[in-house]
Amino acid sequence: MSEPGSGAPGAGMHAIPAQPPPARRAPVLGAIGVTLAVFAAFPVLFTDPTTTSIAFFTLIFMISATAWNIFSGYSGYLALGHAVFFGSGAYAVAMSAKSWHVAGGWPVFALLPFGGLIAGAIAIPVGLVALRTRRHTFVVVTIAIFFIFQLAATNFGFTGGTSGMLFPIAPFSAANYNQPFYYVALALLVATTFVSWSVRRSRFGLQLLAIRDDEDRALGLGVKTRRVKLGAFVLSAVPVGMAGGLYFYFVGQVFPQFAFDPLFDLALALMAFLGGLGTVAGPLLGALVLESLQQYLTQTFSSDAIYLIAYGVLFLAVILILPRGVVPSIATLVRRRHAARSHPAGTMPEPRLRETAA
Amino acid sequence: MTLSAFAQAVVDGVLTGGVYALMAAGLTLIFGVMDIINIAQGIMVILGAYLSYELSAHVGIGLLPGLLLTVPAMFVLGVAIEFGFMRRLRDQDRTQMSILVTYAVAIVIEGIVTAVAGVDYVQLQASYVNSSIHMLGFYLPDIYLIGFGLAVALMAGLYFMLYRTKFGHAVRASLQNRTAADLIGIDVSRVRTISVGIGVAVTAVGGMVFGATNAFNPNTGYDLISRLLAIVILGGMGSIGGAMGAAIFLLVINDVVAVWWSPTWAPLVYFAALVVVLSVRPRGLFGRAAVRAQ
Repeated sequence: MSEPGSGAPGAGMHAIPAQPPPARRAPVLGAIGVTLAVFAAFPVLFTDPTTTSIAFFTLIFMISATAWNIFSGYSGYLALGHAVFFGSGAYAVAMSAKSWHVAGGWPVFALLPFGGLIAGAIAIPVGLVALRTRRHTFVVVTIAIFFIFQLAATNFGFTGGTSGMLFPIAPFSAANYNQPFYYVALALLVATTFVSWSVRRSRFGLQLLAIRDDEDRALGLGVKTRRVKLGAFVLSAVPVGMAGGLYFYFVGQVFPQFAFDPLFDLALALMAFLGGLGTVAGPLLGALVLESLQQYLTQTFSSDAIYLIAYGVLFLAVILILPRGVVPSIATLVRRRHAARSHPAGTMPEPRLRETAA
Repeated sequence: MTLSAFAQAVVDGVLTGGVYALMAAGLTLIFGVMDIINIAQGIMVILGAYLSYELSAHVGIGLLPGLLLTVPAMFVLGVAIEFGFMRRLRDQDRTQMSILVTYAVAIVIEGIVTAVAGVDYVQLQASYVNSSIHMLGFYLPDIYLIGFGLAVALMAGLYFMLYRTKFGHAVRASLQNRTAADLIGIDVSRVRTISVGIGVAVTAVGGMVFGATNAFNPNTGYDLISRLLAIVILGGMGSIGGAMGAAIFLLVINDVVAVWWSPTWAPLVYFAALVVVLSVRPRGLFGRAAVRAQ
């Protein structure tokens, strides 16, 4: 797929991989189509309920990591409190199903946007408070807000306290119970990925990247940094809220300690980092690898301790070997080979010293 | 609530605040020198508590003499972690990556502690753990007094070391400007390694006192690190005096709410206090504008 006629002068144009030249668009679209087909066919090919539920959990994390990346990946602000939206979405769906007497099955899926809406509404005051602070302090403030929500869900009466809330029972047959959940999750994943991709290509996305690279300069250049950050924060909360509603509907019940789980916060960050922070495909890949691996490790090692050690060691190895994540590392490699091919020996341009992750 | 119960809660808050301040001082020292947020600090405190527990329950070495073994052990652990992981992080995104790396370290330590000690709650026992003295109308548990005394002494020692010794000057110089410190002949990477060692070593003492005043299991580390981070942020990152003030402020609020309202709401108010203060003063109670030249 080399570009005919792209001689020496145009060689430095690969800096913006978000907009591949027309000649490379077809294979990318083809790859997306094949991936989608594989995902759509998966529960048909593998009907074992254990496998399909692992696939469902993996989709939930792919949605959440992608949504998390819309704010944290693009803006560079590490948020470690997105479990607030996961849990709030779950509670919103459970409570509305209960008080509006929604029957189990497909009608509950229709409540998911409501869960997303509530999560987005909660993100506004949370973002207004947390985004007053910068960088490191922001990380800790999101953790603190996360604990406030967890403790509130445990202590308030209307959330059912520690015994949590029940969802209506889904009337799906035991053999095909997982399928509807899987396809709803897949649809949500496609939508979330599309949003992430559109943001990445838009002016709004460029403003976020400008904030990541140098917030003060972005402000000086006229980016309304507070508004942009808050917008991205709210936008990233909505899919996480919907995923939370879907996840706990699948489980059948929502408890404070699972709805507001600190490991969820860190898992999203880790997945995005592993795949490549600030890329569209990175969080998808990271969540796909990590969540399925985690489920596999949990089932392989009956002992929690060995599982924790294996997970932690793996995690350390990945960060130390691929500090920028898989997708940017591969992208750099491809770009180098491409450049090497279009520049015969001796005409190779000087490599840039520091490339920001694409 | 009576006035005396209120006063008792304040006194308890000050005493426990001292111990939290010591644990947070280690965290803030590591951040100040390395720009690293050590998420593993919480589980390290728990590891220190388990070391004290194993020594006292199985070897027969008491809690206080045991510190002579656990403090050097935690120092070595800190040096090893700095050497193995922290120094490998690139400068550009060091702080963010450090959160992930030290979190991974925390998971590994949690796994090892779980494998060795299990997940049952334990608490440290000694003759002075359950006794207390009655003074000026307050009941002061001996272990609180011992912990507060140790914490104040160690923090004074830390302060003395940072401001009155040659090593301390080297630490502060590397904290202000790494390049300049390098140029005047300071071995910055050695200073960093030793500082992380010291920052981790204090968790041995903090862990002993924490373990004697609270039941703990390997999972307790997560709750603890969140509280310590709140203290460090509120006190202004890198400031040891700020950590002391913020720890006492938050723990007094925590204990007063526990007595006056309910213990189940106290942790919520603890974190809410942080959020409220930061939304009024984003740089923390005692924080100053950035001192770092880099």
